[in-house]
Parts: sequence; structure tokens; C-alpha cells
Amino acid sequence: MTVEEIRGRLGGETDRFPVGMRVLAVDDDPTCLILLDGLLRKCQYQVTSTSQAKTALRMLRENQNRFDLVISDVHMPDMDGFKLLEHVGLEMDLPVIMLSANSDPKLVMKGITHGACDYLVKPVRIEELRNIWQHVIRRKKCEAKHESKSTTKGKNRHGNGEGEQGPSPTDNMDQNGKINRKRKDDEEEEDGEENGSENEDTGTQKKPRVVWSIELHRKFVAAVNQLGIEKAVPKRVLDLMNVEGLTRENVASHLQKYRLYLKRISSVATQQANMVAALGGTDSSYMRSLSSLDGFGDFRTLAGQGRYPNPALSSYQTGGIFGRLNSPAGVSLHSLSSSALIQPSHAHNLSNSLNTLEKFQPVVLPEKQNTSSFQRIPTSLEFDSPGDPTIFTSVGNASLFADNRAPLGISSNSLPSASVTPLILQGNLQQMQSGGVFGNQSSLKVGSLNSKPFNTGVAVQISRFSSNSLLLSEPFNHDLLPPNSMRSINSLSGPHIRNNPDDFSAMSAISSHMEDARGEIQYQTGLVGDVRNMNQAMDKRWGEHNQAYVQNPNMVFSTLNSMAPTKGVVNLLSQNVDQNNGVFRRETNTSLVSQSNSSVSTLLQHSGVEKSAIDSKMRSGEDYILEQTKTQGGFVHNGYDSLDELMNSMIKREQRGAMLTDGEFGFDAYTFGSCL
Amino acid sequence: MDKSLLNFISQAYMDRNLQRQIAYTRKSLFDQGYLDEQFIQLEDLQDDANPNFVEEIVTLFYSDSARLIRNIEQALENNPTDFDRLDDFMHQFKGSSSSIGAKKVKSECTQFREYCKAGNAEGCIRTFQQVKQEHATLRRKLETYFQLARQSDV
Repeated sequence: MTVEEIRGRLGGETDRFPVGMRVLAVDDDPTCLILLDGLLRKCQYQVTSTSQAKTALRMLRENQNRFDLVISDVHMPDMDGFKLLEHVGLEMDLPVIMLSANSDPKLVMKGITHGACDYLVKPVRIEELRNIWQHVIRRKKCEAKHESKSTTKGKNRHGNGEGEQGPSPTDNMDQNGKINRKRKDDEEEEDGEENGSENEDTGTQKKPRVVWSIELHRKFVAAVNQLGIEKAVPKRVLDLMNVEGLTRENVASHLQKYRLYLKRISSVATQQANMVAALGGTDSSYMRSLSSLDGFGDFRTLAGQGRYPNPALSSYQTGGIFGRLNSPAGVSLHSLSSSALIQPSHAHNLSNSLNTLEKFQPVVLPEKQNTSSFQRIPTSLEFDSPGDPTIFTSVGNASLFADNRAPLGISSNSLPSASVTPLILQGNLQQMQSGGVFGNQSSLKVGSLNSKPFNTGVAVQISRFSSNSLLLSEPFNHDLLPPNSMRSINSLSGPHIRNNPDDFSAMSAISSHMEDARGEIQYQTGLVGDVRNMNQAMDKRWGEHNQAYVQNPNMVFSTLNSMAPTKGVVNLLSQNVDQNNGVFRRETNTSLVSQSNSSVSTLLQHSGVEKSAIDSKMRSGEDYILEQTKTQGGFVHNGYDSLDELMNSMIKREQRGAMLTDGEFGFDAYTFGSCL
Repeated sequence: MDKSLLNFISQAYMDRNLQRQIAYTRKSLFDQGYLDEQFIQLEDLQDDANPNFVEEIVTLFYSDSARLIRNIEQALENNPTDFDRLDDFMHQFKGSSSSIGAKKVKSECTQFREYCKAGNAEGCIRTFQQVKQEHATLRRKLETYFQLARQSDV
């Protein structure tokens, strides 16, 4: 497969790969998520962000070809990052990069063993993200390699190391690297052609990703066991499985993962067994979590029995116990299914443990589902629970993955009032749990919704974003989210805010909505609110769009097209140059401001600076029309032209904070006026 | 005298003043250890397409961290203290603080986690006061800085 073909298979802007590479970013922390989103966009990737792992999985399952790469935080409330990793790796065969604030080597190792192709430590730097596209290319090439080498035995595990590569040695990938790969691809193409038309199909067309359903996987495992795990070769496995539409390549990559999984389990098991022996199971946090589970003793007992004739199976079993805390049902299923020696009593213990574990991981499954899959075990050969009992139960409920595709309660995203949505969500949650695989399918971080203050302006969008745990992708947003919120989140440059020259008025328009909906006001909001409160005449004005045109009997405003609220306030302060009571008004306004919001008072501390700012705003390069329109007996009316006003302001700035008397005003103006 | 020339001169003067003030404020945030280089990463993401990115993400951080702070406070009130849970919350808090470059906040978080690991509830409570303090101080300083910076946006 050449690079061009890879590009051809990728969506979006494919001519300039890695530009346009489609990344799915998952992180429950909104700050980190938005940062990650921004960084990825800066790398010119096409980014979709969500704070819910379940949403991410759903999106991935809905359209297997929608993304090229997944970046996920490790520590997430609704699903462990490693579990997500496993799912993605096995179901979708996409490269997954793990992200964590924790740089503990044990976690890194865990990431590797679970199949992550990279592990990044927060806070992420953009340099690290610039190279992540290599994982996409590498994976595509590995699949191509499968094609050409699948006829030769035992080469499946070699060199493809999904999980074993970690930080890539090819960090300096550039054009040369691509060319090298291309040459290799050409060679593989030649090899591939020998294998027949299959290669051509996969090489030139977009092949639909195979979803390894439980039935399919069962057949696979049966075939592998029949051949013997060591001797299983994709072609023969494929033949044994006798499934239409399945290609050797599919089988090969699945086999590779399966082997990796077995290896990981056995190595983890050995590691854990050693730790258990040496430390008595209390040392590491991993062990801590283990020991915190009831029925841990049962696991240990089972582990102790692990001397079975088939080494592969035994490692499978023991590993199964320790390897997957996150999928306890899966763990026990492993143990049960693979060992002929397991007695019913153990099954009982395990089911107890299962239930306890299930409490420990509430996200996993309600009890009844566990039981049902449990009962199936004696009749089936083996379950590889690649991630999760969830796969089992979904089959048990006769719905493969359809249940996952809950509408996410998107309507509740629109946040008419945050207090309503948690109820909606909870309702959905319950429905999900009884029927669906991912109980929290529609979870929109209920907790966070309750306490999200609304901010004005773009901040509004941010808060909505954070409380909604959102999807920032364009297509998704268009359908489901209120127009004036999410789109502006997209790269934080939604047209509706940015194109509006008057940021302030746009923000204020939103703020007028928001203030109704929300009591809590942050300082930005406060600023706007204060301005509105300050002057009734202006109240309606702020809501207007085009000009932050403020009317006040004693003030003259015109050129406020692109001023932010601060400036607006500041201008209020300064523009009270009514000759009679300029100073007084300034102070009056000042006091109004200070009463309203303490954070706004910081504005006052910088009144000196603001004065200069004011002045610069006054002649912000636009029409500086102080003297006309709507003046009602203001200072300007007394005949001073714009220049005089200018000079006065300069003087004011010079005399920061100093009280100016009317006399001074007049005098200076007069002086300057006479010069001109 | 030419009006437009006077306009120009005065504006240049004002702008320069303001810019100097902004730069000084920003620099002191770094010099005094409130911010680290991660903040510069945020600034790098700010461009014409995202003209207010830094302020937006900081605002987001503060609204989200308020929730975490409440969680931690509640957890600290529980008896017996659930250190795992505390550590968990603090891990998140530290993660997002470090994402915006909140240097002092981050180091207080680290201190807190040490106490958590040691099972020292009193130490946790004490340190958490520090965390909150640094958190609030930084917020004030950043607000000031943003207000200044906004004035220079025309």
C-alpha cells in the first residue's frame, strides 16, 4: 500500500497528509480537552473532541472509517482510558495514544500492554502532537505487511508490535521517511500480488472494517484452538472459520492482537504473581485496588491452580484474573471458560466476586447481565474478552452494538436550563443500564452540569462546552446542537462570533440570554451586566448588534464598533466630558461600577491606564465624530471640535487621577483652540 | 495643525503606554512564578482565528476547577478521610492547572498529593488552603492582565 493509497483511504484533506488527519480526542477535563483540541487544530488535523469515552466509542462504532487516530486521557470517570483503548484496538484497529498527567512508568507500561501506540504526559506540548501521524502510517503499513507475510508462518507477531513500540524511533520523520516507506510499500505490493486478488481489493479500495462480534470471535478462537495457538496461521484459521467476507488480513490482524493479549495477560499474571508472593499484595496501588475487591482471595486461589497441560491456556487463565481489573466479568469469564478444572463452586465464588467487582466499577454491568453471560460460559468454548463484558452482554441482549447508539440525549445538550438536563440524563441512564451496553451512554457529566456558571461572549460557549462534554466536530454539531453555541466552539473561531466586528454586542446579546438562564455570573458577565445596570438608557442599546452605541444625555458616542465591554465601560467613564460635571460623572459611574461587581473594581485600579486606553479608543482610527449626532448639551456642544477633545484627553492622561476643574478644562481647550 | 497628525501621535503614545503596561504585567506573572511556559503554549494557540483563546481557556479552567474545589472540600470534611478519592480529585485539578501553566497552583497540588499519600489529613487541609489561595490569586492577576490586554484589541 503506497502512501497515496493511504491518503486515499483517509477522509478530509488527504492530499497533504498528515494535514487533515482525523483525530478523535477524549478527555473528561474540559480545560485539557479544549487545549488538546486547540493544539491538534494547530497541527492542522481534523479534530473531533468529546469528554465522554462512551460517546467516543459510539462515534467510532457508528462509522469505522471516520477517524484515523484516537487520543484519550487515561483517567476518566465514565470509562477507564485503558478499557477504551482495548475496545478501539480490537474493534476498530485504530491507533490510540494515551494521555495522562501521571507519568508513572507503571501506567506507561500498562498503556503499552493494552496496545497503546504512544503515551503522552500532560500538559501536552505541540511538538509531541506534530508527530503522532506516524502511528497512522505505521499501522496501515503493518496491515499491508500482514498481507504479504501471512503465508509464511510465525511472522505475524513480528515487527508490528502495536503495543510494543511506545515512543517511536522515527521521530524525525520527514519526506525521506515517507519515501523510504513508499519503497517498502512497493516491495510489499509485489509480494502482495502473489497472494492474489485479495490484496488488490484491500490495497485499492476502502475496505470496511470488520467488527469482531462475539460470534465471530468465538469461531475465531475455536479455530485457533483447533490448530493450536502456536501453530495457528491466518489462512488456516480463516478456512476453519468459514466466514464469508472475512479476509485473511482481518484474521491476521485479529490473531496478532489475540496473541499480544495472551502475552500480556501471561506477563502481567507473572508479574502480579510475583508481587503477590513478595509483597503480600498490599504494596502498589494496583495491588491496593485488587485487595480492595472482595473475592480477591478467590482469584488468588484460582491463580494458584494454574498448572495446566496447555501452557497457553494456563497463562490465559491466570492472566485473565489479574490482567483486567477493569473488566471483572471478562476476567472471570476467562478463568472459567479456559479451564477445565474449574469447579462449579469456583464459578459461584467468581460470580460473587463479579458482583462485588461490579459494584467497584459501577460503569460496567448491572448484575443481571453478568449472570446471563455467565451462564453461557459452560456451553461455549472460549471467550476472549478483548475489553469488556460489555461485548458479551450486548450479544446476550441480542443487540450487538445497536444499543450503544443512544441519541445521547442530545436535546438536553441545548441547555435551556441546566437544572433540567440532569433529570433527563438520569432518566436516560436508567434506560440505558437495563437495556444497553454502556449504561452511561447518554451521560453528559451530570455533575458538572449543575454548577456551571454561564459566562458571556465566547465564554458562554466555553461553559456550555464544559458542562456538555461535547463533540466539537462540525457534522455532529450541525445536527444536534444549538447553533449559537457549539459552532463557535469549533476551533474557538466560530464564524458567528468572529465575523461579527462587534464582539461586544454579540456577547451582550448572548449575555442577555444567559442572564435569564443563570444566576451565577462570572466577571465577564458581571462587566456586561454592570454596564447595563449603570445606565438605563443604555440598557437596550447593549442588546443591539451593530454598534455598541451608547446613548446618554450627556455623552457622545459613535465609534464603538469593535470595542470590548471593558472599553465600553471605560469609555463611559471617560466620555463624560461634559464640561459641567465631567469629573463628577466619572466618579459616579465609577461608584456604580464598583458596587456591582467586585471584579470589575479591578478596572478602577487601572483607571489611569484606562484613561490612556480610553483616549486611544476614542480615536481608534475610525470616524472620530465627537461633536455631532445625538449630543444633547454635552461638552462638545459647547463648540469644541474633535481636536480639542483630543488634547484635553491627552492632558487628562497626563494628570492621572488628578481632579480637573471646569476651569482647567476650559482653559486648556481654549488655549489649544486658539492655536489652531 | 493637522488633526490627523495629532491623532496619530497621541494614539501612538497611548498605544505604546498600554503595550508597555501589558508586557510588564505579563512578564511579572512569569517572573513571580505564577505562570510557567505552558502558558506560552496557550498564547501560541491564540491567533486571528482564535483571538481570545487564552482568556477563554482560563475562564473555562476557573469554572471547572470551582467544581473540583467543592468536591475536595466536601471530601475533606468526611470522616474518615478518603485519601484515594482526594488524591483522585487533586490529580484532576493538578492536570488542568498544569494545562494552563498555573505554576504555583500546581506545586501546591503536588504538596497536597504528598500529604494524601502519607495519609496526613491535617496536612491536606492546610495545603488545600494554600491551593485555594494560589488559585484565587492567580485568577485575580489573570483577570487584570486580560482586561489590560483587551484594551489593546481594536
